[in-house]
Amino acid sequence: MNTRVATGLMLASTIALAACQKKAPEELPPPPAETTAPAPTPTPSGPAVGSQQHFVDAVGQANTVVYFDTDRFNIDAEDQTKLQRQAQYFSQYSQVNFTIEGHADERGTREYNLALGERRANAAKNYLVSIGIPANRIRTVSYGKERPVALGSNEAAWAQNRRAATVTIN
Amino acid sequence: MKYVLIAAAALVAAPLLAQNQTAQNQDLGQPIPEGGEVETIDEGEGLSGSVSFEGNLDDLGIAIPGFATDRDVSTPANSSGTAALGKELARVITADLRNNGLFKPTGPDALPQPAFNEITAPNFPTWSNRGAEMLVHGYVRGRTDGKLTVGCYLYDMALQSELVREGWVVPPADWRRAAHKCADLIYSRLSGESPFFDSRIAYIAETGPKDNRTKRLAIMDSDGANHRFITTGRSTALTPRYSPDYKKLSYLSYVDGNPRIYVYDIGTGRQTLITQSANPTFAPRWSPDGNWLLYSMAVGGNTDIYRVSARGGESTRLTDTPGIDIGGSYSPDGSRIVFESDRSGAQQCYVMNADGTNQRRISFGGSRCATPEWSPRGDQIAFTNASSFNISVMTPSGGGVRVLTNGWQDEAPTWAPNGRIIQFFRTERNSGKATLYQVDLTGENLRRLPTPVDASDPAWGPILP
Repeated sequence: MNTRVATGLMLASTIALAACQKKAPEELPPPPAETTAPAPTPTPSGPAVGSQQHFVDAVGQANTVVYFDTDRFNIDAEDQTKLQRQAQYFSQYSQVNFTIEGHADERGTREYNLALGERRANAAKNYLVSIGIPANRIRTVSYGKERPVALGSNEAAWAQNRRAATVTIN
Repeated sequence: MKYVLIAAAALVAAPLLAQNQTAQNQDLGQPIPEGGEVETIDEGEGLSGSVSFEGNLDDLGIAIPGFATDRDVSTPANSSGTAALGKELARVITADLRNNGLFKPTGPDALPQPAFNEITAPNFPTWSNRGAEMLVHGYVRGRTDGKLTVGCYLYDMALQSELVREGWVVPPADWRRAAHKCADLIYSRLSGESPFFDSRIAYIAETGPKDNRTKRLAIMDSDGANHRFITTGRSTALTPRYSPDYKKLSYLSYVDGNPRIYVYDIGTGRQTLITQSANPTFAPRWSPDGNWLLYSMAVGGNTDIYRVSARGGESTRLTDTPGIDIGGSYSPDGSRIVFESDRSGAQQCYVMNADGTNQRRISFGGSRCATPEWSPRGDQIAFTNASSFNISVMTPSGGGVRVLTNGWQDEAPTWAPNGRIIQFFRTERNSGKATLYQVDLTGENLRRLPTPVDASDPAWGPILP
């Protein structure tokens, strides 16, 4: 499962850490023992690679969540920027799998909102796949309107709840 | 050769399956006792005259004194014996009628107690001048086998004649069902409508803050009694539906971390997935004959409606549009299905044949149409107006739309077994607290259903078998 090969176009030009990944010539088989993998040299401070905190620290909290208009599930330019930043992280840490949680606001019927959350999670997933993240690293789950982050019953709260949030799997 | 392969696959799959079974049952509480049989017995030839009362049925006074017993014997149904149980039976009948805004019942606590020999021959002068046009008499007898015999008689005061009588043998644990059957007998005889009291409701019990609600599968009798939790609350449970024979409950659970529909067997206290798929499944619905289940499944984010035999096996996909097709409710004869779809751009209601053919939109009111539920009588479809969030009804062709409720957010209608009452849940603005309500088909008699904790997703089953 050599995920490095799949690094997408948009990521090729980006940050130094991503570039490190490319030093192994692609035509060679993977090294027999990835000594680098078992030795994430327990940096005495700081969250472990692949933990949600590590992901948030790397990409910024605001970039871990994309938001949607009422009943919509399209990935707009702002969402694309956020997802590109997430893709950089997941390209760099190719051992880290993750979940996209799709959500809806409370102003919808329960079952429709479950399907809508699933549609939103898949929209974010499909974009990440389109820029090179392997689909088999991405799990989706819909929580419909069951897990709001903003608790009010007003447009501002609903806007925060119509979201797809990326969460790493440890 | 095929069989050999299947057998081999089964052998390999068995340990895995056992593991899954343990995992998927980990949110289930103690199995609940299955209900006993209620046997209707011959109460002999009753007279059956016409009803003398000609006014509004809401104003019809009914006296319901305590049921008499021939011999006060001990029974598991009441710690004080069958005489005290007789009074309880009359109280349950009175509450059934009063809570549903039916007639003007007077219960046993405000009336004298008739003797056992008066049940078939009422002493009418005792009951006159009490504002009652109708008189209910009944008896309860403890049998040697521990079961109870309950008789129920309805008399017309003006004619001093019997209108109807019936009797039942019930296990002591099911004594309340005899009271509900008597309430149904009275209601049906006087209104001409089908019965509905002897039935149960599955729903979701909710506790905890808005951003961390605990949601448990729960069941109760139609009057809120015999309340039981099925799941422990460790995993979120949603959208239950009783099978028509009350032996199973299908519902959504996150027990394995994903939203999936399970079929919970009340007798065994165990559950199975509705379909072996890694995809999320939603919105379970039984066919009226109990032979089929509809469910909705998202594949790559696109949700369609599927049908599977209640005995398991291959699923058939009934819809295939790029939009969200979800829910589905069978017409009483099982020939058609009303469902919701946003294929037009927003949630609207559609009808199709039971095999998925001839899909056509029926809602054109300018509002969103969601969670359609076909009335057991067949003549109406209840739905959530998902623009204004009230409960409405329309004909199966989409005409005659009537708005029945006016809460901040009302959704998920479910029909009484006789199609005369609709239950739903109402969500409070900001707090998110949810409560069960019911309303008559006329839009009258709106009332809150008391539940031990907050409640949503009601599903009213048919008359108990």
